[in-house]
Amino acid sequence: MTAILAQAEGFFRDRGTGDGSCVERNGFCPSWIADNLDRYVGRPLLEHVELVVVSVTAGFAIAFALALLARRRRWLAAPIGQVTAVLYTIPSIAAFFLLLPFTGRGFLTAVIALTAYTLVILFRNIMTGLDNVPAEARDAGLGMGLTPRQLLWRVELPLAVPEIMAGLRIATTTTVGLATLAFFAGAGGLGETIYADLRFKSNVVMAGGVAVLLAVLADALLLGIQRLSTPWTRAVAR
Amino acid sequence: MSLPLAALGEFGDAVQFLFQSRESQAGGAEVGGAQIWGLVLDHLRLSAVALLAAIAVAVPAGLVLGHTGRFGFLAINLSNVGRAVPTLALVAFLVAFLGVGFWNVTFALVLLAIPPILTNTYTGVRQVDPEMVDAARGQGMTGAQVLGRVELPLALPLLTDGVRISTVNVIATATLAPLAGASSLGDPIVSFGVYGDTGRLAGSLLVAALAIGADAGIAALRRALTPRGLRLTAST
Amino acid sequence: MTASATAHPEGPSAFPQAAALSFREATKVYDPAAEPAVDRLSLEVPAGEICVLVGPSGSGKTTAMRLVNRMIELTSGDILLDGVSVREREPAELRRHIGYAIQQIGLFPHRTVAENIATVPRLLGWPEDRIRARVEELLAIIDLDPEEMRHRYPAQLSGGQRQRVGVARAIAADPPLLLMDEPFGAIDPITRERLQNEFLRLQREIRKTVVFVTHDIDEAIKMGDRIAVLRAGGVLAQYAPPEQLLLAPADDFVADFVGADRGLKRLALERVRDVRLWHAPAVRAGAPAAAARDELERAEVGYALLVDDAGRPRGWLAPADLGGDAVPAGPGSPVLLIDRADTVRDALSRLLQEEVAYGVVVDDDGVLDGVLSIELIEDFLRAEGRRAAEAPVR
Repeated sequence: MTAILAQAEGFFRDRGTGDGSCVERNGFCPSWIADNLDRYVGRPLLEHVELVVVSVTAGFAIAFALALLARRRRWLAAPIGQVTAVLYTIPSIAAFFLLLPFTGRGFLTAVIALTAYTLVILFRNIMTGLDNVPAEARDAGLGMGLTPRQLLWRVELPLAVPEIMAGLRIATTTTVGLATLAFFAGAGGLGETIYADLRFKSNVVMAGGVAVLLAVLADALLLGIQRLSTPWTRAVAR
Repeated sequence: MSLPLAALGEFGDAVQFLFQSRESQAGGAEVGGAQIWGLVLDHLRLSAVALLAAIAVAVPAGLVLGHTGRFGFLAINLSNVGRAVPTLALVAFLVAFLGVGFWNVTFALVLLAIPPILTNTYTGVRQVDPEMVDAARGQGMTGAQVLGRVELPLALPLLTDGVRISTVNVIATATLAPLAGASSLGDPIVSFGVYGDTGRLAGSLLVAALAIGADAGIAALRRALTPRGLRLTAST
Repeated sequence: MTASATAHPEGPSAFPQAAALSFREATKVYDPAAEPAVDRLSLEVPAGEICVLVGPSGSGKTTAMRLVNRMIELTSGDILLDGVSVREREPAELRRHIGYAIQQIGLFPHRTVAENIATVPRLLGWPEDRIRARVEELLAIIDLDPEEMRHRYPAQLSGGQRQRVGVARAIAADPPLLLMDEPFGAIDPITRERLQNEFLRLQREIRKTVVFVTHDIDEAIKMGDRIAVLRAGGVLAQYAPPEQLLLAPADDFVADFVGADRGLKRLALERVRDVRLWHAPAVRAGAPAAAARDELERAEVGYALLVDDAGRPRGWLAPADLGGDAVPAGPGSPVLLIDRADTVRDALSRLLQEEVAYGVVVDDDGVLDGVLSIELIEDFLRAEGRRAAEAPVR
């Protein structure tokens, strides 16, 4: 056990300069934070954002394609749901290392695991959103001469937006959290900063805080997009 | 084709690692084999203690909040907030402020496990048809009886879903326990220098297997716990 | 209504000619083991007429309608639109030229009223300004204020408004044929009545060929130029104008379906102007009362009607009111005014509702035309009964 701890200590980084006594007491040191802000909002944050954006985008593209496929071949919906659910169950740390023999250390490995993680939420929500489109709107659309493709893009997908955006929000906040583990796959991110000095309060609070803030901001951004893109959901009977 | 084959070879080594001990890469102690199964027990014990504690807190709280309908906003959004907090940050926070140790790790895992269980229990109780509750009251049941005999059984499927989400999360996050001074299957992952590639892959395989196994087990439990009447209506 | 092959209507915009529709042994079989949903249905709908498909549930009326725009594909037989088989046309293209209104309306919740109405014109690639003008025109036709309604979402409309928008959307691209599946089915009776009347008024202008599905025989009688009664298994029981259906049901099934009260239903087809009304002495204020008294004695009604200079009824005067030298200026007792264009059935229900024996019938300008009484309606019904009994059963 002590060997393991010593091992972890070995990763500790230079805490740099600043309010020496505060750092030595391992307190919460605003002036040290101010001096070392780039440890948080610099490269690690960018890496983190990149991981999240690429993974969620890829996950959405795959889940979307799978949902369209499952709507055309109804029997595929259940197996796709089950497979994505199993992918979701595999802990991401384990997934990183299980992928290592195939894709090596780095961004790609992290993105594959994080993407796999988003699929179940996105697939389910896209399916639910499309399934919840009122049957009469679909019937009226076809009856007026929309082709199935026009119906999908002009009627079904717009009406599924609230459900799809809800899925995107959950997937995004989850991925922001999981991306803190991406450094295990050698992909950096805010997790690496936390891990670098696990016992230093200022470091943990700042790096963790930036990650939480990122999740909250991403969520708010997506919520904003959802509200702007679905004005009808706020239209109430007068 | 050489790469996949090589990869498969690595997995073969990892499986062998589970059954045959070998000298650690740092020299000295033996790793693998029986040693790693000891880590599985550590991992399970840590996860079980944390989950039971979380259930002990979250289920009663969720039932009461759901029954009274109070603090609904809080109960519903707790899991949203929980999702935004990275597990690594949570573990690190406790290490930095409380120090290392089994109970500190357990505490972190409990905090992690509470939100999904509480939110799902609350939702499970709230979605019980009000007419059913009304009928139960009309037959003379007390509040506690309504909760225990009507609302709890009907909320069980959702409640179990919450436990399932938390279980998978806890098993995954217990992997980080060695960072906070508690033993778990995270050992071979965190202490790469001691276990090497093969040990780390073996540990990852075990963690994945535990999570999938627990998930499947609870899914089976959920089916068993769902009142027969609900299963009947669900199938039509 | 014109029954020629094509009708040239006059309307607010250049409505294309209505199309003649022809079912030729049209058959739909879902399950070869069970009976067909629609069984060798043959009927002709002349251009510009409303054909109502009516029958109990399971009679295949909706299926028959949906065969026309290929929402359901024919198993055998054919359907011709202006002589061209629907089978030969690409379904989406065909449907863009056939208006479609359903009971659940199916407005797109994410589109505004204007966008909903513009659906088919957009699909047909109309230029934006033409679409905009057409939407304005239609909103005016369905009596919704364009300024206020254009940008509303369906969730912000009442049930009746939604239904009107649904009809406007169906006729937006001037289709020569309109399919309506219980379009007023899900609406409260009072609003339904109004929407039916509005649609009939609209139809007088646009003269579309309409296939109208309903399970309600009263609605069928009110709306249809011709009614096709279907029975279980999608078999045509009778295809006839409403009067004929009521007078001479083809068999017991139709007679049953039309109902025992079909004499009463006939009243819904008769307009007040077609009834030989009673004459009431009309008197003006200040005229000599003696002349009025003389006229009153010869009249079928025991009261005189006080009218203004334009001849519009103002009040009833009893013989006692005419006791003086001159006709008094009123006020007299209140009159129940009935429009000549009302159906006899509506007039009767108003007489019963107001608990009066006489209704005063006026023309479009409000000028006195005659007097309708419950007694007159009773006579009319008795005559109907005799005609129905004498009519041969086909």
